[in-house]
Amino acid sequence: MLTGFVALYIFMLAAFTGYEIIGRVPSILHTPLMSGSNFVHGIVVVGALFALLNATSLVEQIIGFFGVLLGAGNAAGGYVVTERMLQMFKSSDKKKA
Amino acid sequence: MNAQLIIDASYLVAAFLFIYGLKRMSSPVTAASGIRVAGLGMLVAVLASFLYVFGVNDAAAPHLNVNVALGAAALALGFGWAWWSGKKVEMTAMPQMVALYNGMGGGAAAAIGAVELFRSSAQHETIPLVVTIIGSLIGAISLSGSLIAWAKLDGRVNGTWRFTGLQLMNGSVFFATLALGLYIAFVEHGHAPVAITAAFFALALVFGVLMTMPIGGADMPVVISLYNAFTGLAVGFEGFVLQNPALMIAGMVVGSAGTLLTLLMAKAMNRSVSNVIFSNFGATGDEGQGEIKGSMKPVDAGDAGINMRYASKVIIAPGYGLAVAQAQHKLFEFVKLIQDAGVEVKFAIHPVAGRMPGHMNVLLAEAGVPYDIIYDMEDINNEFKEADVAIVIGANDTVNPAARTNKSSPIYGMPILNVDQAKQVYVVKRGQGKGYSGVENELFFADNTNMVYGDAQKVMVAMIQAVKSLDGGH
Repeated sequence: MLTGFVALYIFMLAAFTGYEIIGRVPSILHTPLMSGSNFVHGIVVVGALFALLNATSLVEQIIGFFGVLLGAGNAAGGYVVTERMLQMFKSSDKKKA
Repeated sequence: MNAQLIIDASYLVAAFLFIYGLKRMSSPVTAASGIRVAGLGMLVAVLASFLYVFGVNDAAAPHLNVNVALGAAALALGFGWAWWSGKKVEMTAMPQMVALYNGMGGGAAAAIGAVELFRSSAQHETIPLVVTIIGSLIGAISLSGSLIAWAKLDGRVNGTWRFTGLQLMNGSVFFATLALGLYIAFVEHGHAPVAITAAFFALALVFGVLMTMPIGGADMPVVISLYNAFTGLAVGFEGFVLQNPALMIAGMVVGSAGTLLTLLMAKAMNRSVSNVIFSNFGATGDEGQGEIKGSMKPVDAGDAGINMRYASKVIIAPGYGLAVAQAQHKLFEFVKLIQDAGVEVKFAIHPVAGRMPGHMNVLLAEAGVPYDIIYDMEDINNEFKEADVAIVIGANDTVNPAARTNKSSPIYGMPILNVDQAKQVYVVKRGQGKGYSGVENELFFADNTNMVYGDAQKVMVAMIQAVKSLDGGH
């Protein structure tokens, strides 16, 4: 399973990936990219769903419900605003074409 | 088990699509497709997760129907509300919306941790338990901190919160939270009384509020970016606890990307991240500011417009005020008008123009301004001295020469746009007020500066009319 060093390897490689992706980004894209990365951690909804489905008590169910609710909001909201922003980026060449 | 295999394969696909999508998002040409690629990954992962129903714990099996119903309801509500709110939010309000969604993600990560810690039947091993608690702490701080950032940017909470001993109090709250977390992990081994676990989460939330309240609005972009990285880390940690590689990878990618983005933003403002969080920006406000000589010279909008029509090179320095007045469309109309007359027009964007790095680019893109006439500060700062006219619209602190010269100024050291080097400077401004930082701007008093007072949109309309009537005359 993903214990010990395997987990550390995953974390290390993922951290490096994130660093490399952002490192070369022109600053005009900083806002959409912050929003886009905000969307990506919306994947937390999947974990919250797992926790909720395995809930055994009322407290766990309530917390799990809010976890899924918040996670779904993160994912959907992050997607919509990022898509809206990125759709507006156009170059002057395209317009002439 | 087959269901588990499908889930695992879907997560692999999702992780790939996230990384590939983010990669595409890092260039303006492919960016719009990048978010759709990442969105597809999310869809795959969420749909696959419903297969969890085939593999729940024996203890949870009797509750399965209720849990599934709750899950579906929460998904529908969360997706529905966020989709609706994301569609209708104004582009100017984007930073606070991102903060809000980000806080929700942090809350979800904290909720996963809370479910683990409240589960009486759970068997905790030390390492996952410690990771759970750290993830919960970071997630909870991100939740309440982001909410405060949202409220501040949205104008729901005003002013900053400072008093002597504030840092001491924040420090004590933080260490109390940490101590409770350690107590839960190493003394109670994850089975602490409900009250203690609840107190841990309450303190973490309170700390998020305390940490964000003293930070001024001008620094909020850095803070949002920091909380974005926080949420990523929290998600990654809780992913480890749940043995879910998709969460681990997505969370850690965002954690490191967000950290780097935070550092880039702080660097653009010439401040360190710790400086943003722990120092009192603007607190020294009016002290020691030198007397400013000269006077503000108002000029008619039409005259300024005509002057630009006959210039050969014009550089525009827009700020948040432009967007507040919703004047970016009229501005672009004016730009096209003088471009047709042969004037070279460029936009100069300060790294913190707007409320977030890149925010101004989004706002200009909304008006249809092509991104290849928009330049970053470092690429254009040497061109101001060749420009006939520099026009500042709704910007203030980012063009204040005091940042270069006046050591007592709170914005001293911040890189600024060199608009004062242009032959003629126009400043479009509503009134004679100060900027976001509360600092007086000596640019407005300079000999080569004229002030165009008025609402930015009306000013642009007046400029357009003046130029049109000129060209229509012959």
